[in-house]
Amino acid sequence: MSISLHGVIGRGNFERDLNFAVADGEVLAITGPNGSGKSTIIHTIAGLISLRSGQLQSDNITWDEPAAKTWITPEQRTCAVVFQDLRLFPHINVIANVAYGLRAHGVPKDEAMTRSSAMLSHVGLATFEKRRTLDLSGGERQRVALARALVVEPRVLLLDEPLSAVDAASRSALRELLPEVLASFAGSTILVTHDLVDVEALATATFGL
Amino acid sequence: MGLDGGYFSLRELVTVSDVTVDRRELKFRKPGIDRFFHFVVTAGALASLLVLGLIAAFLMFRGFQIFKDMGFSFITGSKWEGSGNPGEPTTYGIAPMLVGSIVLSLVAVVIAVPLSVAAALFIEFYADQRIKKFLISILDLAAAIPSVIFGLWGFFILAPRASHWAMSLNHYFGWFPLFHVPGLFFDGSPFIGGMVLAVMISPIITSVSREVFSQTPPDQISAAHALGGRKWSAIRYVALPFGRSGVVGGAMLGLGRALGETVAIYLVVNIVFKTNINILFSGGGNIASMIALKFGEASHYEVKALLAAGFVLFLFTLLVNMVATYIVNISKRNRV
Repeated sequence: MSISLHGVIGRGNFERDLNFAVADGEVLAITGPNGSGKSTIIHTIAGLISLRSGQLQSDNITWDEPAAKTWITPEQRTCAVVFQDLRLFPHINVIANVAYGLRAHGVPKDEAMTRSSAMLSHVGLATFEKRRTLDLSGGERQRVALARALVVEPRVLLLDEPLSAVDAASRSALRELLPEVLASFAGSTILVTHDLVDVEALATATFGL
Repeated sequence: MGLDGGYFSLRELVTVSDVTVDRRELKFRKPGIDRFFHFVVTAGALASLLVLGLIAAFLMFRGFQIFKDMGFSFITGSKWEGSGNPGEPTTYGIAPMLVGSIVLSLVAVVIAVPLSVAAALFIEFYADQRIKKFLISILDLAAAIPSVIFGLWGFFILAPRASHWAMSLNHYFGWFPLFHVPGLFFDGSPFIGGMVLAVMISPIITSVSREVFSQTPPDQISAAHALGGRKWSAIRYVALPFGRSGVVGGAMLGLGRALGETVAIYLVVNIVFKTNINILFSGGGNIASMIALKFGEASHYEVKALLAAGFVLFLFTLLVNMVATYIVNISKRNRV
């Protein structure tokens, strides 16, 4: 298994008991209505929120286990997130955004730029390197966020409502791109969505809340 | 569904072209209390501008004769001689003190800004909550300490030690023009004056910088962490770029205070009417301290010269603030 979560997640007064595991190469779609805890799952796996109880493991390494006082910080976890609101850095250009994770991991600048450039080509944004993220359309920004997450070669890819913030035309283009990208991704993918069309297009398994 | 519960047929639907719409003019009149409040705040803003304008007009009016007599050499000249009595050669020029103002302020800002930004980052991102609250209170208190206290502290405590530091800097780095001295006199130098100013303006710069850093979007910070960035990486790539315009604004506020500082410079620097850009070498001063030094014994004509010097300082400070605003606006535009 690439990632498994058995325990209670929570944020504020909200709590939920969960039990799932995702294997390498699998795309698990977590579905549910608003407020059911979908984004909380993403934030918990990423380490931005801690588990209330239970255990979160990836590749047999415990990332979070409150009872054993085990906690791996977000930056040490081998996962990458595409947030629902994307959270691209507005003050740096596209390629610098994509390269951020690599630079944060100590990859030399030249190598980081080369790999980021290749990843931008992979998501269809080869000519967008020097553009500002605020000048991009919703679909283009979504691709940058995806490239930024994939370039660090995570073991777990977390996609939080990846198609919710884009227009219909961009959404259909992304629905064509994502399966291709996810097919070449060796790790586990957890996709949070409330759209059953996304589940149909992208997921290999589903988990309903 | 129609109001009577039946259904409209297509023929019953009214098209726009069949309907005549009367034009009506919408009038909006603010409620009385809004109009009164608008008047009060506008009057307040205009009053501030009016006071500023009146100060500038006063300085210019009282110093006008000096500008007429000396011309541009009042700004570029290096001599301050005479009292303006008939038959007595009189010439006034503020270049040494204008240069001194710039040198002292630059030394202060170069020392203060890195330290203040580091302090602001520590308080906002590293300090424990209790220590953070305590440090913020200390900053607010420090910003309110009168300049004469800094001057006295500088004179009795800092200056003797800073003279030794200046000596060491000259010994090891005297080959660099900035640290070269024409003679081994280190007391009362712009270096010491700049250090006192740096201590004085640091609380302001730290407060403003910390305030800006505290507004860094937490989502951006968490995104940085989620991509593998440690705390310093998140600060370097998110917080610092976000807070850049605020830091520049804080530095400009500090620079403005340093430019006009009087008492602390008067106490710590050896006021000499000579252009001195060797910052470790004794002697210097700024326009404000020159005015304080000469005002008590100035003749009527010399007072006009001092007021003219004050007008130049006023304009210079205004110019610095305009440049600062421009830089801040450029930074914000590039950010967003």
